[in-house]
Amino acid sequence: MAKPKLKQHHIDQDWCKGCGICVEFCPKKVLELNDSDKVVAARPKDCICCKLCELRCPDLAIEIETE
Amino acid sequence: MAIKDYLRERFFPHIWCPGCGHGTVLNGLLRAVEQLGMSRNEIVMVSGIGCSARISGYIDFHTLHTIHGRALAFATGVKMSRPELNLIVPMGDGDALAIGGNHFIHAARRNIDITAIVMNNRIYGMTGGQFSPLSGPDITATTAPFSSIDPSFDVVELSKAAGATFVARTTTYHVKQITDYIKQAILHEGFAVVEILSQCPTHFGRKNKEGSAVDMMKRYKEVTTPIGSKAKQENPDLIERGIFVQKERPEYCKEYEKMVERAMKGR
Repeated sequence: MAKPKLKQHHIDQDWCKGCGICVEFCPKKVLELNDSDKVVAARPKDCICCKLCELRCPDLAIEIETE
Repeated sequence: MAIKDYLRERFFPHIWCPGCGHGTVLNGLLRAVEQLGMSRNEIVMVSGIGCSARISGYIDFHTLHTIHGRALAFATGVKMSRPELNLIVPMGDGDALAIGGNHFIHAARRNIDITAIVMNNRIYGMTGGQFSPLSGPDITATTAPFSSIDPSFDVVELSKAAGATFVARTTTYHVKQITDYIKQAILHEGFAVVEILSQCPTHFGRKNKEGSAVDMMKRYKEVTTPIGSKAKQENPDLIERGIFVQKERPEYCKEYEKMVERAMKGR
């Protein structure tokens, strides 16, 4: 199976509550909390599309779109 | 179907606190339903009262938000009248085993085809952090300021003893297991219990100095181990994860149908 390639992180800023679960458990440390405690994809180039952030997010606020 | 198609998006962002494990359970549950390719119309979700019970408001299945501890009783009624539907009953630890303890053991005894999900955060979150029968000893809660002395139930042992034919346990850290076990529980014919340890950073975490939601999830990784692992033999305090029971026994609705057929013979 070919490696999935990242197209985009879809992050719903209204749904995100800034708990930091995705930031902590991302194996590649792609995500960060911004000044208003919302998640942003700070290093999208490092993303390996494991989708662990999407699966763990308690607020259903992240979606990883792959090609 | 994308998982958001199963949501009632107008109620989002949801009411649960930042980092609440119940959101992760909702996430895993939706993925299980999506992977099974089920339609919204073939599932009935029945919930009782509590933080966990709010889940039925967010999902666009047939949903019933009923009274405290009685979700399984309502679900039994629905299943008996419409046995072709799939029943999912998400409950909190107090809802399932304190207020609804009797309904729980009898649903397990009858082996009625219902999927019970126990979202165990070991505290009554919605009402302000009172200790529950799943809290266990040496836990601080608003109703146990000098720590609790009550031993806790073991959901897995209790379900096994009461007669459940599918029993599994996992945590919110092990998200892929949540989806996997819920999928198997839905497909299982008979009473299926999935216990999911779920963090409550607001009440349980704060009162017991367990840190943030992230710290609590890391703890789940440390204090649990797969069934029968070597680590468990070395450290019996570890909590086992996995599928504990998966067996067949006559299902209640099927037996009821047979009884009706017998009674109606010749008429």
